[in-house]
Amino acid sequence: MVPAIIGLTFILFVLVRVGGDPVAGLVPPDSTPEEIASIIAAYGFDRPLYVQYFDSLGLILRGDFGNSIRFRTAALPMVLERLPATLWLTSASVVIAILIAFPAALLSVVYRNSIIDLMVTFTSTLGRALPNFWLGIILILTFSLHYRWFPVSGMSSFASIVLPATTLGTSIATTFARILRSSLLETMPKSFITAARAKGLGAKMVLMRHALRNALIPTVTVFGMQVSWLLGGAVIVENVFAWPGIGRLMLASVLLRDLSVVQAGVFVFALVVMGANLLVDIVCVYLDPRIRVG
Amino acid sequence: MLGLALVVLIVAVALAAPVLAPHNPDKTNLRARLLPPAWESVRGDVRYWLGTDQLGRDVLSRLIFGSRTSLVVGVLSVWISLVIGVALGLISGYYGGNIDFIVSRAADMFMSVPFIVIAISLMGVLRAKGGGETVLVLVIGFANWVTFNRVVRGEVLTVKTLEYVDAARCQGQGSLAIIWRHILPNVTASIIVLATLQVASAILAESSLSFLGLGVQPPSVTWGTMLAEGRDHLATSWWLSTFPGLAIALSTLGIVLLGDWLRDVLDPAIQN
Repeated sequence: MVPAIIGLTFILFVLVRVGGDPVAGLVPPDSTPEEIASIIAAYGFDRPLYVQYFDSLGLILRGDFGNSIRFRTAALPMVLERLPATLWLTSASVVIAILIAFPAALLSVVYRNSIIDLMVTFTSTLGRALPNFWLGIILILTFSLHYRWFPVSGMSSFASIVLPATTLGTSIATTFARILRSSLLETMPKSFITAARAKGLGAKMVLMRHALRNALIPTVTVFGMQVSWLLGGAVIVENVFAWPGIGRLMLASVLLRDLSVVQAGVFVFALVVMGANLLVDIVCVYLDPRIRVG
Repeated sequence: MLGLALVVLIVAVALAAPVLAPHNPDKTNLRARLLPPAWESVRGDVRYWLGTDQLGRDVLSRLIFGSRTSLVVGVLSVWISLVIGVALGLISGYYGGNIDFIVSRAADMFMSVPFIVIAISLMGVLRAKGGGETVLVLVIGFANWVTFNRVVRGEVLTVKTLEYVDAARCQGQGSLAIIWRHILPNVTASIIVLATLQVASAILAESSLSFLGLGVQPPSVTWGTMLAEGRDHLATSWWLSTFPGLAIALSTLGIVLLGDWLRDVLDPAIQN
């Protein structure tokens, strides 16, 4: 984790440097060359690049990304303020994904090669191809504009989470369902399943207690890989539904070249992904005692 | 086979766009603004099968021409990710040691930041430097090299322990020759499958970025920009947002199905 964070600070430094003249945003357009030179000296832009990098590294590790050009306040607190909205959206999506994927995968395994199985497999392939922002638009068209069940955008009431979370949730539900189905199918022929059945357990008990728990391990591992993808999806979905999270702030900041906010946003996203991956490792240890011992 | 058929169809449409399109995709006709599809009884016009947009441009013709940009951006950006990812994957998998450590840490870093976040940050910064489709291809390609790197590195770790690699080394062949002649051909199947599937992701990435206003800029037409423009007329003109999305969904579905089929054909061992 530590090398990744250090590397990230380097990339962020390069990003801001490639992003253009750091002085341009700081001086009024009618400044004289002397005024510009004094600002360059005051901010230390005349020092060697590596010195500036280590300087910025120190500041970043202390959580100081500089001020937002747009709001004239510190960038990191602004991003952190939006974090709860993004986490609320992503966790609601995960809940929806689980509610869809588990029944779908279990049904398609119980009724293998039936019409249900075929439908689940086909829908999960379709889910890989659908652009989630388009799904969001179609949901708005149908359920907000036509039926008027849910608000079009914003985060005003509990009902406003439904459409964004469904948009994002269905896109990961298809991956969940596919992985869970194939790992359940791999688990079923194993001898501990035969043993559980031989000692007289019912089919439901065998499936839920023995097969599902073992099939969960690869699913949780894949979930860890999906966290980054999920947050990326959140950036798009937030912009479709005007959801006041980090993704929306970041896009607005990118468009206005407010680079300190972009930097802080990238950094917070990376920390959330790394934190979630750590959590996934811990859950895997809990699910699979073999990892703990081995 | 459905996948192959869809992909062939879309490539054919893109190639034959000038012949197929009923109208000039950029020709505005302010008298025929926001016409619904031809089958709608109110204001539907048989000259515009899928209706017109806010400037009176034909939606069908724009969809047909949009396929060109989507395919070109998709294929070229995957080519860039492939070259970077495969080269680094081969080198880091084969040599191991410090090179492997550095490449793998860089890959960790890229994987910890969502792809779309990397892409919008890069696009935002590079747009000012005279953006356009070239920058878009470079950004999507560069932001996505990790996928190839990870798969190729993993396969190289297995392949390099096999006996025929030892045999080649005993014959006195150099490392580069072994990588090029003995290892690369044996990981090609996975690369082809992955590249096919990645074209679908790249098309989705292009349309997402264009939708967010950071991708292809007007007057170039892509499905993503059409969706973004249609969003302003969502309440009144459903066809503007529905058809471009369907076009994206059908083409990515075709590519994903083709990729799955190729995987089953090329390498039965990596099924599921």
